[in-house]
Amino acid sequence: MNSAKNTKWWTLAGIVIVIYSFFPVLWMISLAFKPPSDIVSRDPQFLPSSFTLDNFAQIFSQPLFTRALINSIGIALIATVISVIIAMFAAYAIARLEFPGKKVLLSLALAIAMFPQAALVGPLFDMWRGLGIYDTWLGLIIPYLTFALPLSIWTMSAFFRQIPWEMEHAAQVDGATQWQAFRKVIVPLAAPGVFTTAILTFFFCWNDFLFAISLTSTDSARTVPAALAFFQGASYFESPVPYIMAASVIVTIPVVILVLIFQRRIVAGLTSGAVKG
Amino acid sequence: MTATQTRPLQQDPGKAALSERARGERRLGIYLTLPSYAVMLLVTAYPLGYALVLSLYNFRLTDPGGRSFVGLSNYLVILTDPVWWNDFVTTAAITVITVAIELVLGLWFAFVMLRIIRGRGPLRTAILIPYGIVTVVSAFIWRYAFAIDSGFVNQWLNLTGFDWFGDRWSAIFVICLSEIWKTTPFISLLLLAGLVQVPEDMQEAAKVDGATAWQRLWKVTLPNMKAAIMVALLFRTLDAWRIFDNPYVMTAGANNTEPISFLAYRQNVTLVNLGMGSAVSVLLFLTVVAIAWIFIKVFKTDLSQVRGDQ
Repeated sequence: MNSAKNTKWWTLAGIVIVIYSFFPVLWMISLAFKPPSDIVSRDPQFLPSSFTLDNFAQIFSQPLFTRALINSIGIALIATVISVIIAMFAAYAIARLEFPGKKVLLSLALAIAMFPQAALVGPLFDMWRGLGIYDTWLGLIIPYLTFALPLSIWTMSAFFRQIPWEMEHAAQVDGATQWQAFRKVIVPLAAPGVFTTAILTFFFCWNDFLFAISLTSTDSARTVPAALAFFQGASYFESPVPYIMAASVIVTIPVVILVLIFQRRIVAGLTSGAVKG
Repeated sequence: MTATQTRPLQQDPGKAALSERARGERRLGIYLTLPSYAVMLLVTAYPLGYALVLSLYNFRLTDPGGRSFVGLSNYLVILTDPVWWNDFVTTAAITVITVAIELVLGLWFAFVMLRIIRGRGPLRTAILIPYGIVTVVSAFIWRYAFAIDSGFVNQWLNLTGFDWFGDRWSAIFVICLSEIWKTTPFISLLLLAGLVQVPEDMQEAAKVDGATAWQRLWKVTLPNMKAAIMVALLFRTLDAWRIFDNPYVMTAGANNTEPISFLAYRQNVTLVNLGMGSAVSVLLFLTVVAIAWIFIKVFKTDLSQVRGDQ
């Protein structure tokens, strides 16, 4: 029939979607390489009049950005690791054990996933000041790992349900010790799910802005998304636009790398965790 | 798999005749989930309860001595203030516009991802890029694209001098654009998961019976993925309802583009008016509960798959 023609149409549609995804990214890259004088010109163009690396040099010379980058990486990584470990216990229990409170836990996770985080900034602001963790890494790690937990629990329990756990017994029958069976059989089977969950959790923490501006006040814990709002031009008369975009390019790089390498797993994680259960 | 196989063995956990093994399993299950329970309740339920208490007081951090019990008057002040209703309308408008467009666009993306033969991998990689981009970055990208001085949009549309952020609805348009660009990939992947579960032979049968592609979409495909659509809608609606980053970066709430989350932030953090701010927080929470209730009770959204109890 006309399937060859259909194939062509779907490919064309695919190209449209690829353009949809990359066009704004190209705009970001273009701005990041523009000389600041391009921004205030009366005739703004999509592409730079000349390419410059000065914007990157400029942001890397500012502690506002370098500190924020360190904060972002550190806070997101720590929150991810803790969240994934806590969720791993829960996901194992959900996938393998019968116990009271299983449904309650999954319902609670659902409620947290829908929770309006802005409703917490007031009380957390006040509580964190009382506890002395306002404007610290810990003050951000705690809400991040909490709000990442539902995603971590769902994604990982969906992966864990697919693991053929009987293989553990099979290995033991074949003479492996319990520890060997766990290490040689279960860990390799579970690792991809844990790893995928970690990527999604990291994206979640990396993205946050609301807590980052509400619960920090100085460089000591401010992450890049929050720092972007504080960028100034090199002088009063210079636009901060190229600097903000250069910083944006930098925080987008880890995302692009992870997506390029782990595309298949991320798609599997997103589609299995939320709907199939 | 294992879980479903072992379940019949412990059909009646309430009975006293629980085996030693089953009791051990129950205990282990509780221990393993305890940290999750503790974290989620301590970091959300407790502060929410605290907000509930604070909302009954007149309490500013700048004037700690002036703290006094005022009952429900904070709520009365907010609900009779046009600012709240303005923000409510802004939030509702953004939610309805973005979710409706994302649903249609996301469905189309899902179809393309399912049917495309050449370049399936690169397409999925491309679609994940907006999903992974930091929301604030997306907001800046779109803001600068539409800005009077730096943007190319006015140039391309021949609108030189038009200030997109100077008017409520044109600003909301750009806010929605950024929101849609960033989140459509996510909704399309949720829909794709539902789409692949629609049996292919049903499609074929409808085709043989002479149904057009349009009829097949409405009579076969969509009804069969209703659960996935409703779950995606619920998630996206509540996500859009708490929109914060895009308006913050683009307009900072100017020209009546402030959403409710921003009002909560402004009262609590900028003005440190914790009494009034907490009342906004509680009201924001209640609107979310109401939306979730509507989805679950009125639209009968089936969450059993999300909760994992098949």
